[in-house]
Amino acid sequence: MSLTTATINRLTVNEKIMKTLKGVLNTVSNALLLPAVGIAIFLALWSITAQSIHTSLGEFPGPNAVVKQFSTLYDEHIAERKKAEAFYERQEKRNAKKLEKNPDAVVKIRAYTGKETFVDQIFTSLVTVTSGFLVAAIIAIPLGIWMGLSAKLNSAMNPIVQIFKPVSPLAWLPLVTMVVSALYVSDDPLVSKSFLTSLITVSLCSLWPMVINTSIGVSSIDSDLLNVSKVLRLPTLTHIKKIVLPASVPMIFTGMRLSFGVAWMVLIAAEMLAQNPGLGKFVWDEFQNGSSNSLARIMAAVIVIGFIGFLLDRIMLMLQRKVSWDKSSATV
Amino acid sequence: MTTTHNSEEHFLNISRIDMEFPTPSGSFTALKDVDIQIKQGEFISLIGHSGCGKSTVLNIVAGIHQATKGGVLLKNKEVNEPGPERAVVFQNHSLLPWLTSYQNVELAVDQVFRKTMTKAEKKDWIEHNLKLVHMDHAMHKRPDEISGGMKQRVGIARALAMQPEVLLMDEPFGALDALTRAHMQDSLMEIQKELNNTVIMITHDVDEAVLLSDRIVMMTNGPEATIGEILEVNLPHPRNRLALAENPEYNRLRSAVLKFLYEKQRKVEVIPTTTTAEEDQEKTPNVA
Repeated sequence: MSLTTATINRLTVNEKIMKTLKGVLNTVSNALLLPAVGIAIFLALWSITAQSIHTSLGEFPGPNAVVKQFSTLYDEHIAERKKAEAFYERQEKRNAKKLEKNPDAVVKIRAYTGKETFVDQIFTSLVTVTSGFLVAAIIAIPLGIWMGLSAKLNSAMNPIVQIFKPVSPLAWLPLVTMVVSALYVSDDPLVSKSFLTSLITVSLCSLWPMVINTSIGVSSIDSDLLNVSKVLRLPTLTHIKKIVLPASVPMIFTGMRLSFGVAWMVLIAAEMLAQNPGLGKFVWDEFQNGSSNSLARIMAAVIVIGFIGFLLDRIMLMLQRKVSWDKSSATV
Repeated sequence: MTTTHNSEEHFLNISRIDMEFPTPSGSFTALKDVDIQIKQGEFISLIGHSGCGKSTVLNIVAGIHQATKGGVLLKNKEVNEPGPERAVVFQNHSLLPWLTSYQNVELAVDQVFRKTMTKAEKKDWIEHNLKLVHMDHAMHKRPDEISGGMKQRVGIARALAMQPEVLLMDEPFGALDALTRAHMQDSLMEIQKELNNTVIMITHDVDEAVLLSDRIVMMTNGPEATIGEILEVNLPHPRNRLALAENPEYNRLRSAVLKFLYEKQRKVEVIPTTTTAEEDQEKTPNVA
């Protein structure tokens, strides 16, 4: 009798182990195996199709050519950095010599004016998109909160928001360029015009998802929570700080994530036309350059752009999880 | 002597209230001539079928709604906006989900006593109120981490912490299971013994009304709902639900309420054929 119980127990234990094992296998295959398979199939299709597309700049680059360009781009970056270092070193030596001869001599360090490398351009793009996004957020979130609180303002603003929301950055750009040229006149500009033009264009396009989501978030706060605030007679600012903002944080963040995605997409187009030295300019310059490597270099930029966009979205999601009380709203 | 009696009689004066709501097809008269005078320290239950305007009465006293005619006087001052001296315990607790129990009560205490209490006094007062509702063990838990009954306790603690002149409760235990509800009723009686608050409570539960109240205000069906009868409950305090079950006075009061609800104010509704028995059940007060 006890023997059979033991056997049954052992059986169930075995079953349990099998079940856990199956679960682990499932997770591994979902998290690693299937994405890997997807990527492999994509790469295979890409290289097969690429071979059969012939352009005036040669064969369309396959994965191999792109990988090669990645390392070339990196080498170019290192080489350029060495050049810059050497340039500054030379200046320092020359200045030291000058000072040796004449201690009162006025010496200068001139900035290195070599061309930006791919890495520099990535950095410029990140700075531009973040600045543009922040400017948009500073305008959009207070405006959205105000619209959410006041049904009248919401009705007044709604047509404007709906009309400007779908406008392409390419339509804004000529206007922004001309306005910046006319108004931003300075002998010693803090930032370049191209940077400012790109930034404003990014802001103009990424404003709207934040405005809409924030105002919806605020206007849909549970009326019971608003009644709590009324019973306590919270002053307006306390009401916004203690009730409105925390209650709408999940929606505000949803808007911010959407906006950051829009901002990054818009940026590349804006940089292309405004000639802001970021990834957009890189793509444009390679296109104009038209060497046999250009397409592979553009493809490398495409992959980097996609990857950075994905990373930015993940960072926003992490922020949202950290800040929001409603964890269920912060899903992929 | 008469004057004191009179002012006590009129601590809270709900005076001849009419309430009309505008609808696309003309105005809808929800309340007509609702008139109650409530003494300080009195516990009043409002009972009636769904849709008879009990919540509207409560919201008018709270100041969330404005009566179309008539008005509410608290200590001879007209009520025309919400305020912490008329604290509300909402039906679905309405705690701020991003704050802990402590912080939810703190929000109220910070606002109501911002000028009169020091930081340490506020902390003591918050903890005292949470202890009063037996929630001191879960002070730093957020609403999604505690049960429905516990949330309702914190909601009561928040209302009590405002030190209100009138405590308004909108079916405070309606969403709880029967056992938790009984437990909460006992807690409320215990608190009431200590603080002797003036309370208006909406309920669907006949037993709850008889057990807790000094007077039961029974409302007629809407539209143009008004007070049908007022029943004095003269059972001695403290009340014990088990002992009361055998008490003839308790049973007389209980059947008086039931008679009012199911004979005099029997809800004659044209029940559409699609309505199921369960839905119908929901609309009638809980007798069990």
